[in-house]
Amino acid sequence: MAPAADPSTPARAQPRNPSDLFWSFTWLALQGFGGVLAVVQRELVERKRWMTNEEFVEDWAVAQIMPGPNVVNLSIMIGDRYFGLRGAIAALAGMLLFPLLLVLTLAVMYAEFSSHPAVAGALRGMGAVAAGLIAGVGIKLFASIRNHPLGRPLCVALAALTVAAMAGLRLPLFWVLPVLGGAACLLTWRKLMP
Amino acid sequence: MSLPTVALGAADWLNLFLYYLSLSLLAVGGAIATAPEMHRFLVERQGWLTDPQFNASIAIAQAAPGPNVLFIALLGWNIGINAGGPGLSGWLLGALGMALCMLGVMLPSSLLTWTATRWGHRNRERRGVRAFKQGMAPVVIGLLLATAWVLARAHGVPATDWPLWLLTAATTLLVWRTRLHLLWMLGAGAVLGALGWV
Repeated sequence: MAPAADPSTPARAQPRNPSDLFWSFTWLALQGFGGVLAVVQRELVERKRWMTNEEFVEDWAVAQIMPGPNVVNLSIMIGDRYFGLRGAIAALAGMLLFPLLLVLTLAVMYAEFSSHPAVAGALRGMGAVAAGLIAGVGIKLFASIRNHPLGRPLCVALAALTVAAMAGLRLPLFWVLPVLGGAACLLTWRKLMP
Repeated sequence: MSLPTVALGAADWLNLFLYYLSLSLLAVGGAIATAPEMHRFLVERQGWLTDPQFNASIAIAQAAPGPNVLFIALLGWNIGINAGGPGLSGWLLGALGMALCMLGVMLPSSLLTWTATRWGHRNRERRGVRAFKQGMAPVVIGLLLATAWVLARAHGVPATDWPLWLLTAATTLLVWRTRLHLLWMLGAGAVLGALGWV
């Protein structure tokens, strides 16, 4: 969290109680086709304003680098910030409970579903939209590096290198994250020198 | 599709739980990255699941809303179904398998994340913590764009499958430039796909 608040951001909103967290996370999980991440940014940053783009990117970086499912980690981190352990459990339960029931229902009906061409087509169309959702959020988050200590050109170069390594060269994340992430953190650390 | 019947004793269920406990801390970079390892253990080594069951579990979890990590719940569910056969016993064992797999894969990593987050929040003004969180930002954005690219690449060649690429590009623009609700875009994608236009 930045010590000096950005004056352009409006007053910070907060979840009212753990049950608000639970239903908010349920709602965003049920919108998350092909991954929940794009929805988390849209709902928590843009609609509810519980966090800024900067905080979202920082939290997601930590959720990504910790072992375990990213979305599970992110729910725990956000929930814990507001209501401690109760909040973490409420957010996590919201993220998993109803989607789990839904996925089970789908699994039970799978044979019937998969043979229907319209259903297969709908899934294909939603898959294409899901790719666009993630790309759009990625482009949007570039706004969050406006005040980055490394400056914009270096940030763009680091992001481009990451895309090239992951999508182009198909290197395992296991290598990309320590090497590029480590270099980025080290450079930032030097820039933050008091 | 005839389902295989596999016999699982208490030791096997414990083994399954322990397997996921140990996998939890290795799952760096998302649960889906560990899918090949799960395939090796559950399908090839133990024979608890068939290949089609494994693939369907991943496909259903990807297509359904919600976090993709739920494919692990479906793997556990299918193991239970295989062990219990059709009917109530299969459903009960399915619930057991699901609970063991999900608890196993989430417990260690969640406890670690929870502890580390609290430590990081208390020490958030430290230079090291700030450098880590801010420094990762450009790499994380790059990872997001790479994920989008990998998903889009599944469309096939642009020459013949250009409507899918166009749909992805249009969605990117809409998300970037407008505040249109994401569900409208997903609904439009579903309709276009169901009508066979993309």
